[in-house]
Amino acid sequence: MRNRTLSLKILSSVLIFGAWEVAGRVPVSFAFPTFLESMAALWTLTIEGTIFTAYVETLKPLVVGVMISAFFGIGLGVWIGLSRKFDWFVSPIFIVMQSAPLAALIPLLIMVYGIGLTSKVFVVCIMAMPVIVLNTSGAVRNTSVSIIEMGKSFLGTRREIIMKIIMPSASPIIFVGLRLGISAGFIGAILSELKITPTGVGDIISYSRSIADYPSMYAAIFSIILLAVLFLNILERVEVMIFKGINKGLVSD
Amino acid sequence: MNAISTSSKAVEVRNVFKNYGEVEALQDLSLDFPRGELTSLLGPSGCGKTTLLKIIAGLLPADSGEVMVNGETVTGPGPDRAFVFQDFALLPWASVIRNVAFGLELRGVGKSEREAIAEKYIADVGLDGFELKFPHQLSGGMRQRVGLARALSVDAQVLLMDEPFSAVDEQTRRKFQEDLLNLVKHENKTFLFVTHSIEEAVYVSDQIALLLPRPSRVSEIIRPSGFRDKGIDSIRRDSEYLDIVDRIWDSLRTYVE
Ligand SMILES: Nc1ncnc2c1ncn2[C@@H]1O[C@H](COP(=O)(O)OP(=O)(O)O)[C@@H](O)[C@H]1O
Ligand SMILES: [Mg+2]
Repeated sequence: MRNRTLSLKILSSVLIFGAWEVAGRVPVSFAFPTFLESMAALWTLTIEGTIFTAYVETLKPLVVGVMISAFFGIGLGVWIGLSRKFDWFVSPIFIVMQSAPLAALIPLLIMVYGIGLTSKVFVVCIMAMPVIVLNTSGAVRNTSVSIIEMGKSFLGTRREIIMKIIMPSASPIIFVGLRLGISAGFIGAILSELKITPTGVGDIISYSRSIADYPSMYAAIFSIILLAVLFLNILERVEVMIFKGINKGLVSD
Repeated sequence: MNAISTSSKAVEVRNVFKNYGEVEALQDLSLDFPRGELTSLLGPSGCGKTTLLKIIAGLLPADSGEVMVNGETVTGPGPDRAFVFQDFALLPWASVIRNVAFGLELRGVGKSEREAIAEKYIADVGLDGFELKFPHQLSGGMRQRVGLARALSVDAQVLLMDEPFSAVDEQTRRKFQEDLLNLVKHENKTFLFVTHSIEEAVYVSDQIALLLPRPSRVSEIIRPSGFRDKGIDSIRRDSEYLDIVDRIWDSLRTYVE
């Protein structure tokens, strides 16, 4: 089973990269390099160490923004899900945030917070937070009424009902929100580097484009996708581990 | 104090009113539930059976009127009552043993102690060997046994059962009804049992409160007496049993289209 999903993953990668190679050779556009050219460029960026120094820059707003979004996003989401008043008050902000054209907000952010790390963290948060908040609040709100009543009738305190019934029941959807939020955060991090100040991976992208070094540009884009996929896979592992832990730990330890 | 705990009424409902917005669910409903007996609330769907049971459970406030359990006014859920839910209300991510022990867990009983108690009731309801299974691995009937074991394990004096057998198949249901009779006999508890099945109510009850819609009130109280001691197997053929079933059907007929 495990082997099969692995070989499926490999197969689909081969197909996608093969198509890329073919499209690059045709070529679809003079600005579209082949897969192998891009990989060669990635190799150069790697041995030169450029890519690592770039990621040190890019990961700063990404990690800080994602952590803020996860922490406050889940916290706010739970609160919104539990309180009708708070929901009425706060939810619209996130719905607007989710649909707002980010490009239009960036000049505003720069005006208020300058062109430093703060603005970039904000962009990551604007991208990542709404989906985390909305998934969390929806999951909390949709907890089965009947198991909550069960908790009340067996004398659970409000805290126990939240921690032992609502949170475990909501956690699969919260994790979905977290995964979507992190993907969006990656996009936000790169976007902020392209739109605010060119640093890190965003700098590689815009610089190589300006000198028409398209293989390097695609190498940088490829690397960020690779990183995002890796990260989401790790999160999935963590999720599985936590659920196993919940079930095991509470049954018999 | 003594007078209260030896009183023959475990639960008293006095002049309870309950509206949901425009819908008058209960109007001036009064009813006593004798200690150690099983009382059925029987009536057509929507007549307020669940509402009454939830008010007694303390899950729902009455608009006016009073509910007393062992002489004390109900203001919320209490350790003297345990609920068995129509849809079982099990935690899907928790094993059978954790589900059964969950009531005790919420009461702050330590892990090893509550699991020992849960083990006993799991065996009592016939789920030996299923301790580590999860609800989705069980049939409807088995799930309700888990719900029943959970309610029994907190050792409340009053068991509130809301159509507990309505989601299980007919054969299992009959077995459940027999088990319930044994439970009433051997556990010194008071059972409040909601059903919309006339046969079921007559079969298992010491007292049947016939509720009519709407707004709901008790229209009749019936106490089957003759066949209770004749043995489980012959009840369904007993003439008193059949008479009562007929009589109730006559009362309800006008409310069923
Ligand atoms: N939460 C609620 N909001 C509005 N109306 C309700 C609610 N719960 C029950 N009702 C109404 O109250 C009446 C009694 O409901 P219920 O106690 O569930 O009846 P039963 O359990 O006898 O089928 C029904 O007409 C139902 O539609
Ligand atoms: Mg009902």
